[in-house]
Order: sequence, then structure tokens, then C-alpha cells
Amino acid sequence: MLFRIIKRTDLTGTQAVMFRTAAVFLALLTSSVFIIILGNNPFEVYASMLEGSFGSVYGIKETIIKTIPLVITSLGIAVAFKMKFWNIGAEGQIFMGAFAASYFALNHADIPRPALLVIMAAAGFLVGGLWALIPAIFKAQFGTNETLFTLMMNYIALKWVTYLQYGPWKDPGANGFPKIANFHDNAILPKVFGVHIGWIIAIVLIVIMYVFIHHTKRGFEISVIGESENTARYAGMNVKKIIITSILISGGICGLTGMIQASAVNNTLAVEVTGGVGYMAIITTWLAQLSAPVILLVSFLFAVLVQGGAYIQTAFQIPQSVASIIQGMILFFVLGSEFFIQYKLILNKSILKKEAKGGI
Amino acid sequence: MFKKVISSIVVLTMIAALLLTGCGSNSGSSNDSKVKVGFIYVGPAGDGGWTEAHNNGRLYLEKQLNIKTLYRESVPEGPECEKAIRDMIAQGCNVIFTTSFGFMDYTEKVAKEFPNIKFFHCSGYKKGENFANYFGRMYEPRYLSGIVAGMKTKANKIGYVAAFEIPEVINGINAFTLGVQSVNPNAIVKVKWTHTWIDSAKEKDAAVALLDEGCDVITQHNDSTAPQIAAEQRGVWAIGYDLDTPKAAPKAYMTAPIWNWGPYYVDQVKAIIDGTWKTSEYHGGLKEGIIDLAPLTDVAPAGAKEKVAEMRKKIEDGTFHVFAGPIKDQAGNIKVEAGKVLEYNEIMGTGMNWFVQGVEGKIEQSK
Repeated sequence: MLFRIIKRTDLTGTQAVMFRTAAVFLALLTSSVFIIILGNNPFEVYASMLEGSFGSVYGIKETIIKTIPLVITSLGIAVAFKMKFWNIGAEGQIFMGAFAASYFALNHADIPRPALLVIMAAAGFLVGGLWALIPAIFKAQFGTNETLFTLMMNYIALKWVTYLQYGPWKDPGANGFPKIANFHDNAILPKVFGVHIGWIIAIVLIVIMYVFIHHTKRGFEISVIGESENTARYAGMNVKKIIITSILISGGICGLTGMIQASAVNNTLAVEVTGGVGYMAIITTWLAQLSAPVILLVSFLFAVLVQGGAYIQTAFQIPQSVASIIQGMILFFVLGSEFFIQYKLILNKSILKKEAKGGI
Repeated sequence: MFKKVISSIVVLTMIAALLLTGCGSNSGSSNDSKVKVGFIYVGPAGDGGWTEAHNNGRLYLEKQLNIKTLYRESVPEGPECEKAIRDMIAQGCNVIFTTSFGFMDYTEKVAKEFPNIKFFHCSGYKKGENFANYFGRMYEPRYLSGIVAGMKTKANKIGYVAAFEIPEVINGINAFTLGVQSVNPNAIVKVKWTHTWIDSAKEKDAAVALLDEGCDVITQHNDSTAPQIAAEQRGVWAIGYDLDTPKAAPKAYMTAPIWNWGPYYVDQVKAIIDGTWKTSEYHGGLKEGIIDLAPLTDVAPAGAKEKVAEMRKKIEDGTFHVFAGPIKDQAGNIKVEAGKVLEYNEIMGTGMNWFVQGVEGKIEQSK
């Protein structure tokens, strides 16, 4: 081996930020090659990505609308991750939350709007939470691997919604086309300053989560379990109970995302309701290092990437796959930079020399 | 070493930033023509089928009228479609074509909000002041392709890979089967649903299942060439759809009912530029040329060319109609009485939820 990997201890905060920034630029540099091959000017394409996300009131609104589900889902995931419970199941929890909310939206549209919306949100939270609870109980009782378990639960949830859309919930008015009927106006979240109320929910949740993790007993307990279950047990905490209630909260928040997306964005339940947010939020949560305020920042940057990516596809007539390549490239480099923040590579020669000098 | 890397990146970044500010301002500028046309596609622009046919029409439009067009590909038939339309409007489009059935309600919704923008939806039935719909009488060339299949099959079993249980697809299956039985009353048509417009893996699976059931001609109402390729791999025959694709499966391919959207796009956009445009429901047939049957290849059975030409002439001059009675459904009940002819709206409407005799398959009804 030419290189050796060594754990880093000497990196300051500013240096870490520099690494991440450098990673983004390296990604843009590499993507430029693709763009040039396609016959476009990369600088124009990048400028246009920003134009698509910030260049108009419409663009800004869209970027915010894409930020909202990322923020809320990331907050949900962060609760689980804090305990080192690897909840990969946000996607499924969003689906199930959306499903539960849709049940009331489709069948009880006669309930007055505020009450119906509260019921839908509560149903979304509860069912999303219960969906997450299944793997949590198995983990608490039998020590099953929650990463795989939650991941598999996603597919069950996806297929459940697919079944509803193509089967019992298919809109009879759609001429045989497999879609679920649009919600009644009563079941649609109102707008505040031109963007659906989800943005206020997101901000409130950020504050609540910050206080919960840093200033409450339960938040402290979650952190302790994350550090060491044995310590928590020794300190007299009821580990099982804490895991289960926290996962209920984690899945519940993801389920709430489902309710918001189905109600405010899609106005119905559909297999596209998650838009892949459940997976993308895992990345944003991780990059934000589970910190609630940073989640807002990272989610916003990701939303810019998504919105800008959609924009350049039409603006430059580049295939959809290329817009995805640019997004993937940025992700790859940023995640890769995490490695270099944690570790450094050292040429083997110098290690050998040091070892020789040390007389081993 | 890493310091060096970082510093060089920083330098590059600064250069990039300089260049960016230098040329960023003129991005997004386009021709100063009055119209900017946007297309929303359900599949990739080069899918070898439905979307590619529309994209050919778009390129034809660009060339004929020397205007700028935009497109967005692989848009799902859900709420994402509404976003895509709004994105296009935000980018300055004032004429928008949405080219899949599932885009209809979203197109209608946005059309109501933007009365100054012209919308066109393909394959649906809704319209408004600024919202036209367009399609073609695809059942005409479907019928002709059924003649080719009926003459070719030896097993007397023909496989039909179909997308969704909607009138557009059902009437195609019926027309095809009527064509088959007009030359070969013993042949049956087996239907398998894929529940997607474009997914080459699912399309192939459906075709393979039909081949396993003994079909020796495969046709499709799906957008990729996968069913044709599956037929070729079994050494049997295929009829495509959307586009003339003799190269995808040269040993199997006989013909395909195809679309030719270009002239319609040019007519409509030209009328908008001239200020003479009015909303309309367009559904041309073989006569108008928006649809066609691709030239028969050497794989096609002997005599098919003549038979097809004969029927084609009758359809074009109106002496023959595909949905002229008597037509029986699968259970043998008369659905179209002798002497009666189904109207276009009946063929494309919700009433088209039954298969003609000779089809082996089921339409799932939603309650």
C-alpha cells in the first residue's frame, strides 16, 4: 500500500469548513467536464442553476417548498440518529403518514377545515410513528438490525400506497387511469405569504427539537443512550422505554412530513408523494451532524440543488440524467470530504522512516 | 500536500467566480420571437417510442418556424407534472404541450390560472378557452396492423403488451383484434398489463410471459422497443408502436402504427403567431396523416401489403369504419348494433371499458 489512513485529531473548525467548500468546488469542476462534453458552458449552467433557485419569486418559493420536507424529515431522523438508532425508514414513514392523513382527507372532507387538518396531522404523526415503532420493538426485544429492518419497511409502505392507488382508492372519475382523487379544499393546508404553512411548522419544529435535545431530561437521556447504552442503564434509565418513545417521535415527525406533502404539495396521495425526501434527508441529517439549526442550512442548500437541477434541464435542454449526475457528483464529493475531515492519508515511506527512527 | 491542493482549488474558484460574473448576465437570453414553446414528456426524449415521436415533432416545429422550444423529459404523471408546467412558465414559455394522458388534470388546473398562455394536452378529453386537446385516430392503423398480425400468426395466439386500462388503450386492443379476426377468425389476442407507459424491464417481462403462453406475434401499447426485442430473441414476430423502429429487432419487426406530430405542432403554433388561434379538439386519422402505418418490412407475411392497402383506402375514403357494427363483446353480447358506427367520443370515452370477442384478458374496473 502506498498510503496509510490515520485518524485526524488536529483539524480545526475552519479547516473542516474549508474542506467541505473545497469538495463542492471540486464537484463542480468535475461536473464541468460532463457539461463541456454536452456542448454547454459550465459557468452559464451553474449561474443558471442559481437563477432557477433564486432568480424569481417563483424560484424562491419553489426552493422553500422543497426545503420544508427535507428539514422536517431530517429533524425526525436526527432524533433516532442521536441514539445511534439508524432509522433509514423515513421514506416509509412519510408514505404511511401521508396514507393516514389521506384517509381522513378522502373520507371525511365534511369536517370543518381547521379540525380536519389537525386530525390529518395527528393521524400522520401517529401512523408514521407506529410504522417506525415496529422495527424499534424488534430491536429492543430481539436485537434485530434496525438499518435493514427500517429499509425494508420502506418498500412495504411504497407497495401499500401503490396498491391503494391502483386498486381500492383509484379515482372512479379518472376514466380507468390509476390515480387517487384530489383532496377537497378543506383538506389542503393554507398558505402564509405565498408558501404553504409547512414553513412555519418547520421553523417551530427546529426550535422545539433544539430545546428538546439540549434542554430537556429526555433529550439528555437520548444523547446518553447514543454514547453508551451501558452508561445509561447504570445511571438508572429505562433504556427500552426511552428508545421506544423516541422512535415514536422520530417516525411521527417523518409521518408529519407525509401529511404536509400530501395535503399542501400534492393535494392527493400518490406513489410520488415522498419525492425521495426520505433518503435525501438521511444525507442532510448526517451532513448537518444532527444539529437542528444546521439542518435548516443544509436542507436549504440541497433544495437549491434540486430546484436548480430541474431548471437547467429545461433551460439548457440537457438530459434529466445529466442534471442528476451533477447533483450526484456534489453529493459524492461532499460525503467524500467527510472522510478527509475524519482521517488523513500518509505516504507509507514516511511512516516507515518514523518507525525506523523509533527503533521498532 | 493537502494545503497545496486546497490553495490551488481556492485559486481555481476565484478564477471561476470571475468568469462567472463575466458571463453570467447573458445567460437565459433567447430569440426574440413572440412564442416560446415548452413540451412536457412522460419518458426520455430518446425512448424509441411515444416520447421520441413527440420530440421529432418538436424538432420539426423548431426547424419549420425557426423558433425556440424547451422540453422536460421523464415527468411522472402525478403532481410533479404541475411543477414542471409552472417551471416552464417561469422560464418564459407561453405555449405548452403536455404529452401524456395523466397530465390532463394538472394542465387544466394551470391553464385556468394563466389565461394568456396556450395549453395543449395530448390524448385526453378536457379543454378550455386557452386549453386545446389533440390526438389521433390511432385505432385505424391499429386495425391495419391487426391484419398483418392475423396473417402472420401460425399459433393463432397474438400477445398484446398494454399499459393502462383506459379507453385509449382498450380501443387500440379492440381495433387490433378486429383487424386480426377480419383475416383470421381463429386467432385470439392475449393481453398483459404493465401499468406503466415506459419501463423496458416490465414491458419485456410482459412480452416474455405472453411468449411463454405460446404467442408468436407480439404487439404493444407501451413506449419502449423491449417487447419487439423479446419477440426477436424467441425467433418470432413483432409489431411496434409510436415510431418506425425496424432496427431494434430487424428479424422480428413487421410494421408499427406510428405518430407524426410535426405538422400539427407547426399548424397550431403558426396560428398562435398569426393571432388566428382558437381552442380545438383535434383528432386526425390516416387521411390527415397525423398517424400512419409504418412500411411493411420483408418479415411481414405475403399478401399483407395488398390487403392493408385495400383496407387503408376504404378507411380513408370513409367506406369502412373500424368500429362499425355488429361488434360483440367477450361474453357475446352485441355492443355495437349492425348498421351503427361508434363516434369518436364513444371510442375514446368512459364507455369503452369492454373487450371485443377474441380478446383474452381482463379490464379491472374500479368501483
